[in-house]
Amino acid sequence: MPADDATAIERVFRAEYGRAVAVLVRVFGDIDIAEEAVQEAFAVAVQRWPPDGMPPSPAGWIITTARNRAIDRLRREASRDDRHAQAQLLHARDEPAEEAAVSDDRLRLIFTCCHPALAPSAQVALTLRLLGGLGTAEIARAFLVPEPTMAQRLVRAKGKIRATAIPYRVPTEAELPHRLPAVLAVIYLIFNEGHTASSGDQLVRDDLCAEAIRLARLLAALMPDEPEVMGLLALVLLIQARRAARTASDEVLVVLADQDRARWDRGLIAEGQAIVRACLRRDQPGPYQIQAAINAVHSDAASAADTDWRQILRLYDHLLVLAPGPVVALNRAVAVAEVDGPETALGVLDDLHLDGYHLFHAIRADLLRRLGRSTDASAAYDAAIALTANTAERTFLQRRRRGITHGG
Amino acid sequence: MKQYLLSVHSVEGGAPRPPEAMQQAYQDVAALNTELQEAGAWVFAGGLHPPSTATVVRVQDGAVLITDGPFAEGKEQIGGFWVIRAADLDAALEWAARAARACAEPVEVRPFQEEAGD
Repeated sequence: MPADDATAIERVFRAEYGRAVAVLVRVFGDIDIAEEAVQEAFAVAVQRWPPDGMPPSPAGWIITTARNRAIDRLRREASRDDRHAQAQLLHARDEPAEEAAVSDDRLRLIFTCCHPALAPSAQVALTLRLLGGLGTAEIARAFLVPEPTMAQRLVRAKGKIRATAIPYRVPTEAELPHRLPAVLAVIYLIFNEGHTASSGDQLVRDDLCAEAIRLARLLAALMPDEPEVMGLLALVLLIQARRAARTASDEVLVVLADQDRARWDRGLIAEGQAIVRACLRRDQPGPYQIQAAINAVHSDAASAADTDWRQILRLYDHLLVLAPGPVVALNRAVAVAEVDGPETALGVLDDLHLDGYHLFHAIRADLLRRLGRSTDASAAYDAAIALTANTAERTFLQRRRRGITHGG
Repeated sequence: MKQYLLSVHSVEGGAPRPPEAMQQAYQDVAALNTELQEAGAWVFAGGLHPPSTATVVRVQDGAVLITDGPFAEGKEQIGGFWVIRAADLDAALEWAARAARACAEPVEVRPFQEEAGD
């Protein structure tokens, strides 16, 4: 198969896998049947599409093919007196399989994946697997666990969904406040893992970022009246807008202050800022909206020196009230350094217990460097370097550290 | 319909609850039981005597061996349970939340292997 055909099918797979699985889960009421059928349909596509050409609606083709394959298989099993297969066939007869019949199939599935009865680590893995179409090996790599561990985690989670009958449905208005935060957290976690991969040679895992943005857009399209859903979308768009400026030609991290702002994506910034303005008008603030607003302030500044740090500090103060925690306090300290000076910020850091977090040491190192405390700064950079498994980030920190030694 | 076991877990050795609180719990559980029956979710339920009343029976090399219980050595013991019928886990969790509130104890929800026969 020519390489561009393979790429085209890969693209359809990435874009449509989640939709196809979501439709098939609804039709058959079973995740394993849905996954196997969709994978089989893509295997058929790899055979058929290159000689025959791509069908007019690739997603529709995949869903129809997957549904037919699954029904064929269930018929064979049902004729052998398999009661489980008979029940699923019966289920399938009542459910329409058209791709557009129910637009919120993916929404149902994401709420199933992020059900509170599942452990957070399982929620993330299931969401990436079922809605993102990521392979077990990819998910295992993304979260630094051995592949058999991740495989077992997925099997156990799917087993729990089946055995306990976790429903495929969007929560009611009354349940939503309890159920939505897990979904938002999972999408943001996927984005963050993509934004700064916790290990490997690449700083950014563009596939994970793209997947998180796709999920955030989907959620925003399906739940436009939820302020935090819109806040999350604005947040990931505004961070993603800086993507091109965030790595130098040699793949090393470029921090916000040093970025070439001409390389920021103006389209994404405009989209993100428009959402932030709409959120401000609605005035139902939440942690994602405030973080989006902080990023909107950054994206407003023509240069690092033009940044309205007082405004950012005010937003962090608000964030710390709504979502208290050491990591928020750490990020707030960066704004404190700009407004009140590095000495004050260093005092803030002293009260945080984040010794295992590389960014804590990196931020501390930078404050010490600015205060001229070279030896302490070097030691803090060493601590940060020892804790980061991402090559691009580590190279950046090593250069910063060398910069101190040379500068005295 | 599926069936779920809702078991009430109590920690032994905690401070005994005042009589008024116990009385309230009895009333709340009775009210919940009535609601379960009216909703068609009721299968069976019961409160248990304390673990000190338990006896363990095992078969070893074909012979029956009877010992003083309880079997589980931990401090957490089942104090009572419901078996309910529910459409899915969310429905079962809703009943479990009300059970936990009525008993003022954590409630564990586990599905039965077989579907309810209706």
